[in-house]
Amino acid sequence: MEIPVGLGPENGAHAPDTGQLSRDGRWDTGRLYLAIAKGAFRRYSTYRAATVAGTVTNTVFGFILAYTFLALWQARPGLGGYDTAQAVTYIWISQSLLVTVAVWGGGFQDEVQDRFRTGDIAIDLYRPVDFQGWWLATDLGRAAFHLVARGLLPTLVGALAFHLRLPTDPLVWAVFLLTVLIAVVASFGLRFLVSLTGFWLHDSEGIRAVMLVVAMFFSGMLLPIGLFPGRLGELAHVLPWAALIQIPTDILLERRTGGAVLTGIAFQLVWALVLLAAGRAAQLLATRKVVVQGG
Amino acid sequence: MSLIELQDIRRSFTIRTKAGRLRREKREVHAVDGLSFSIDAGECVGYIGPNGAGKSTTIKMLTGILVPSSGRLRVAGVDPARERVRLARRIGVVFGQRTTLWWDLPLRDSYELARRIYRIPDARYRANLDRCIELLDLGGLLDTPVRQLSLGQRMRGDLAAALLHDPQVLYLDEPTIGLDVVSKARVREFLREVNTRQGTTVLLTTHDLVDIEQLCGRVMVIDHGRVVYDGSLDGLHAAGQSERTLVVDLAEAGPAIEVAGARVVKVEGPRQWLAFPAQQSAAPIVAAVAARYPLADLSVREPAIEDVIARMYAEVAIG
Ligand SMILES: Nc1ncnc2c1ncn2[C@@H]1O[C@H](COP(=O)(O)OP(=O)(O)OP(=O)(O)O)[C@@H](O)[C@H]1O
Ligand SMILES: [Mg+2]
Repeated sequence: MEIPVGLGPENGAHAPDTGQLSRDGRWDTGRLYLAIAKGAFRRYSTYRAATVAGTVTNTVFGFILAYTFLALWQARPGLGGYDTAQAVTYIWISQSLLVTVAVWGGGFQDEVQDRFRTGDIAIDLYRPVDFQGWWLATDLGRAAFHLVARGLLPTLVGALAFHLRLPTDPLVWAVFLLTVLIAVVASFGLRFLVSLTGFWLHDSEGIRAVMLVVAMFFSGMLLPIGLFPGRLGELAHVLPWAALIQIPTDILLERRTGGAVLTGIAFQLVWALVLLAAGRAAQLLATRKVVVQGG
Repeated sequence: MSLIELQDIRRSFTIRTKAGRLRREKREVHAVDGLSFSIDAGECVGYIGPNGAGKSTTIKMLTGILVPSSGRLRVAGVDPARERVRLARRIGVVFGQRTTLWWDLPLRDSYELARRIYRIPDARYRANLDRCIELLDLGGLLDTPVRQLSLGQRMRGDLAAALLHDPQVLYLDEPTIGLDVVSKARVREFLREVNTRQGTTVLLTTHDLVDIEQLCGRVMVIDHGRVVYDGSLDGLHAAGQSERTLVVDLAEAGPAIEVAGARVVKVEGPRQWLAFPAQQSAAPIVAAVAARYPLADLSVREPAIEDVIARMYAEVAIG
């Protein structure tokens, strides 16, 4: 809709706004989200102490779990179809993805929660930037930082200390990175929905706690989903959490090859889109609630 | 045609309170209750009223983050709630108690982001940023993370962020809250510049009347969601029936003076305070006192605007 002429700029200083979504406009929007993502990347890189502590934690847990798995696989070789090297590799890769994909929640969630508490959330609504798009961009920036700091470093340590089964084909690595990207988006979709409950509940802390347990279990962080027995395994394979850790690691371990790679990516994409769409619907309701009911 | 127009705007909130174990009571709060006013482009309007009067609620409706329950509202010709995002490009908002800046990043990053959000052309961005840096003395702060800024520095940073895209209207909700005298002066100086040089329309909410005295040609007092005064600051004295005070020091302590046109409000030894209507001349009262009592000294005190407004708030509360 056009702003009626004559109510437009009072003096030349006010930029005209034609409101058309031109190619320039889309280009500008792209640059805006890039700027937001870069800002988030830089922001996380300022938390040096937290990054060091976190990376050390991931590495230590990598060692503990790798030795546990070694013992387990010694007792039950070939468990779940993983050989011993694959099992140990699974540990290091899942440790690397844990924070990147934010399996346990966090990232923008802490910030949004803070903004609910202080009431700053209202400010986010009057900014001419899409709320979901804004937080997704910050989360991608964060994930990029965490992939390097809390993903790459522990994996390198793991590769020095253990015999890991990593692919030599650069294409597999490229596909792996793509699935990590989709995993972050799917994880964002889940976390965004959880955070939006803050518009209705005084505090989404409880839901977050429940989600943490569910995510830890169904993402395959504790044990590969392939090891889950019967019905539980079938269920775990179709829930959205399988898109977070299980599919990217299976692709990197080349347990999924050929057509299975494509179905894996398709599975991830479907969940990512469904969750984003659900988040969008929830956002509409939330905005209406704030604007109409006054928060 | 006015830039901002409100016609009989009402906004109520439903508050649910627990009454007993299962029963819940619904109560309506009329935060804004039939508000009508208009503001022309280029005005600087002070918007004052006691706590809970409905000031912030008004500003929220003007920015479009809250819809009125009823009434007609137009800002720059559009209905804010229906075209919130589009209007956001033409208005600037500063909430004194909140910040739009990126907490963990240098101030500069927030400005770069604003440039992308509002699609500010490069040349304009440079010019506006330079001007803000100069007027708000931000030069040394650009590379400081926002969380390390003092309250006054952060407020200056927020003001700049709200103005980079050349908004037509600037809404300020308590922009000087918590600032020291020097920071307040600087912020006021800047706002005056923005209003007079840039022609930006300013609507300012505050509890500090000095802000209004120094900046606003027009003041609106609201209470219980209605306008109780709209006019010049000077006019407030007349409307508020304010009084001047004659302080007399007599040669010795005595009973309260009796003189026509004034009444004694306080006696402290030989010193007495006499109140009389602000519009009236002090001369006849001084003459009458001097004729009947031995005078050592005297002075006349102008009414404090605070007192005028305090009285106005109190009257509305009773009436
Ligand atoms: N979201 C809300 N839900 C319920 N009541 C609200 C809401 N927002 C405001 N109110 C009520 O509306 C009234 C007006 O509030 P408002 O914040 O506009 O006052 P104000 O003039 O800004 O006061 P202050 O000087 O304290 O900032 C108050 O009684 C307040 O409790
Ligand atoms: Mg307020």
